[in-house]
Amino acid sequence: MKWSDPKYLIVFLITLVLVAGEARYDILGGYDRLATTLGICIGTEVVLSWWLRGRVANIASAYITGISLALLTKPQANILWPFALGSFLAIGSKYVLTYRGRHLWNPSNFAIALLVLVASDSVAILSHQWGNDLRINLIIWAFGLAVAWRARVLHVTLTYVACFVLLAVVRNAIVGGPLLAELAPITGPMYQLFVFFMVTDPRTTVGTRRGRMLVVAIVALVETIIRLGGDFQVALLRPFYPSPPILALAIVGPIAMWWDLYRQGRKAP
Amino acid sequence: MSLSRGGPFGSFESLESWGEKLTLLRCIGYSLPVFTASWRRVIVTAAFLAAVVAVAVLNRRAPASLTGARETIRLTEVAHQSGIDFVHQPATLDPKLAHITPHVAALGACVSVSDVNNDNWPDLYFTSSRFGAANALYLNQRDGTFRDVAAEAGVAALNLPGEGVSMGAVWGDYDNDGFEDLFVYKWGYPQLLHNLGNGRFADVTAQSGLRRWMNSNGAVWFDFDRDGLLDLYITGYFRSDIDFWHLRTTRIMQESWEFASNGGKNLLFKNLGNGRFADVTDSMGVGSTRWTLAAAAADFNDDGWPDLYLANDYGPEELFLNREGKRFELARAGLEDDSKSGMAVALGDVYNRGRHDVFVTNISERGFLFQGNNLRINFLKELGRFNEIATGAVADAGWAWGAQFGDLNNDGWLDLVVVNGFISADSGRDYWYAMSKVAGAQGRIFEDAKNWPAIGTASLSGYERSRVLLNRGREGLGGGFVDVAEEAGVTDRLDGRGVALADLFNVGTLDVVIANEKGKALLYRNGAHPGHWVEFKLIGTRSNRSAIGAEVTVAFGGIPQRQVVDGGVGFCSQNDRRLHFGLGDERPGRVTIRWPSGTAQVLEGLAPDRLYEITEPRK
Repeated sequence: MKWSDPKYLIVFLITLVLVAGEARYDILGGYDRLATTLGICIGTEVVLSWWLRGRVANIASAYITGISLALLTKPQANILWPFALGSFLAIGSKYVLTYRGRHLWNPSNFAIALLVLVASDSVAILSHQWGNDLRINLIIWAFGLAVAWRARVLHVTLTYVACFVLLAVVRNAIVGGPLLAELAPITGPMYQLFVFFMVTDPRTTVGTRRGRMLVVAIVALVETIIRLGGDFQVALLRPFYPSPPILALAIVGPIAMWWDLYRQGRKAP
Repeated sequence: MSLSRGGPFGSFESLESWGEKLTLLRCIGYSLPVFTASWRRVIVTAAFLAAVVAVAVLNRRAPASLTGARETIRLTEVAHQSGIDFVHQPATLDPKLAHITPHVAALGACVSVSDVNNDNWPDLYFTSSRFGAANALYLNQRDGTFRDVAAEAGVAALNLPGEGVSMGAVWGDYDNDGFEDLFVYKWGYPQLLHNLGNGRFADVTAQSGLRRWMNSNGAVWFDFDRDGLLDLYITGYFRSDIDFWHLRTTRIMQESWEFASNGGKNLLFKNLGNGRFADVTDSMGVGSTRWTLAAAAADFNDDGWPDLYLANDYGPEELFLNREGKRFELARAGLEDDSKSGMAVALGDVYNRGRHDVFVTNISERGFLFQGNNLRINFLKELGRFNEIATGAVADAGWAWGAQFGDLNNDGWLDLVVVNGFISADSGRDYWYAMSKVAGAQGRIFEDAKNWPAIGTASLSGYERSRVLLNRGREGLGGGFVDVAEEAGVTDRLDGRGVALADLFNVGTLDVVIANEKGKALLYRNGAHPGHWVEFKLIGTRSNRSAIGAEVTVAFGGIPQRQVVDGGVGFCSQNDRRLHFGLGDERPGRVTIRWPSGTAQVLEGLAPDRLYEITEPRK
């Protein structure tokens, strides 16, 4: 990967989010958390890529994953194991949960989804809301959109946002109440990480532009089903309520990826 | 083969990437034990699966789920048998808030302890919050029962349209006449009720200068300038321009869940000594608008002046250090960046170091939010800060409200009682998901109450069990505390708000009184324990007569334990101002009293298992 690779723009953006958020809002909750996720993500990437594939992979992806996990994982007070195990599982998923040589889950999406589903007594997601400050969020959205455009994934981000808004209106028509309550989630920081770093991950999205747009539309649809489950208190979906977009992507993303790879395999001579 | 000698790759140090270096190592035979590609994959897959299992196992061992390894506390709920049948009534609000009234109006159940009639038996005052609902003053009948005398005393009918509703109360002898007076903070006009000493109280709010509309959920008496007169710090929660029964706007909520500063302004009133109080908030620099829910006063930095510690909802805690009664300074003490939802401030010398450590309650809810309570160990003298050490059962007590430290088993270590639960309604419906929609959003959205989803009949962290955390001293994990509530007999799942501790029956053990929102008050009577104890009732002379702010350090078994007479502590509550020290197998050693006036007094050779009434030396 060259330094001009758009991935480094993502690296820049998530570093910006980290530095700005920590300087203004202490979003990390302790540097030991960041050291743990970065150390284990990068270490695992180096070791597994060398041992399984014979060459050391570029660590930019592990760096992004490490920061995402440090920002998104919010466990019970003063426990570090979710950061350590989450980091190992995130990177490990790239080498274990593969199909035709490609990993199926966005690494941080996989780890967060697993932690909130399997360890809900210990882990929640992003309790810090970065002050609910409009200015900070506008800055990150502006940078994020610019980077997404440069990285040629803007269509993914915008498709998701459009679908979210449309489906928020639909949800509001179904459940009633204030429309702003349904629109509100996407103005928050969890969605910034989601729309700029997860759904746009080029390694875990399908091959065609139209396909990518279709996949995120389905993600938004599944998210809506989870949200309606929350509104109507569907007990089966309760583990999914706290982080609907993350879990929707964890469900839809690998299926789409698998289907895409399967179709490519059948087309190949 | 020397790595630096080079070869077809050049020298090892000259290689730029780790990939090239590793390739070189493999070429020259430096390699891990040889596994085939398939075996490597199997090993990695096994490690991956082991990590998944580890997540599940570690989650099951979440420290909060641990219960006591050895139980030494025995509490029995006796409120009804004791004649206490008080049930808190919640406030009704403007219809514009109807969709979230259960959420907004989920406050106001308070309990405060005082010996109202100077008979050396602690009495109890409970507040209610609905117009027309009566507050209750339970006089201790000295036979294990209580009798409500609020109506005849003139402290019952305080919840009136146009005047507001009660949110809590604190006792203090503001005029040093020997009788404890009552200050009731409200959503509305607060009230100062002067104890006439004949079983009746007179409302002196207007002439005192305290009649100012506030939406307050806390207050503390303390003598910040050490002039021998109790001053009053009143916390503001909602803004003071809000009349909850005649709303002009629905833009009344917090602007941020983490760093909100659009709450009501806290006010400091200096006691002028003539029955009047003067607002000195701005000149003293303590007018925080951070949605303060609780405050506690004590000398945290050992400079002889009482400081103020605030638990703020939607913001970081604040410590205002008292600069010799002339002004307060907001301290950087490791608090400023740790934003949570502070509900209560409890003070205790957790490890018997002769310091005031701080416990602040917060919110934890499975899957949604782990803010965790804070147990802050006081290292102000050494490090200029507190160290937060809460883990396990100390950190996670659900949606925690009131809390108090007290040695419940007389073993010489301060235990911790935490009451919790926000809204217990329809257990099949949960408001957490709906609230989470706006919780992560921009402040402008949820600052307006009309944008909140309707709560309907849903619960919100309801039906939580109270915690009784046994302090095992310096041994063990989790800050040395273990949850023994169920073994101790504390099994209620009401929505606790205020909790207070007092030796209600003068037997040398601390009982637990809980005020529950929309629920009945509970009295947990403490059983007998083998440990020794000693209690002190302090009477100020040069200091305020209530001795609020007096600090007592009892040495026993070679270790000191320090306590302070509080003028309000926890959340909307106040403990008995008699101080109780458990001693374990020890006898009391050197006892040091530092009176608010600055007078130091030393007592030695005291016998255990007695209550001592100590009057401040005149000189």
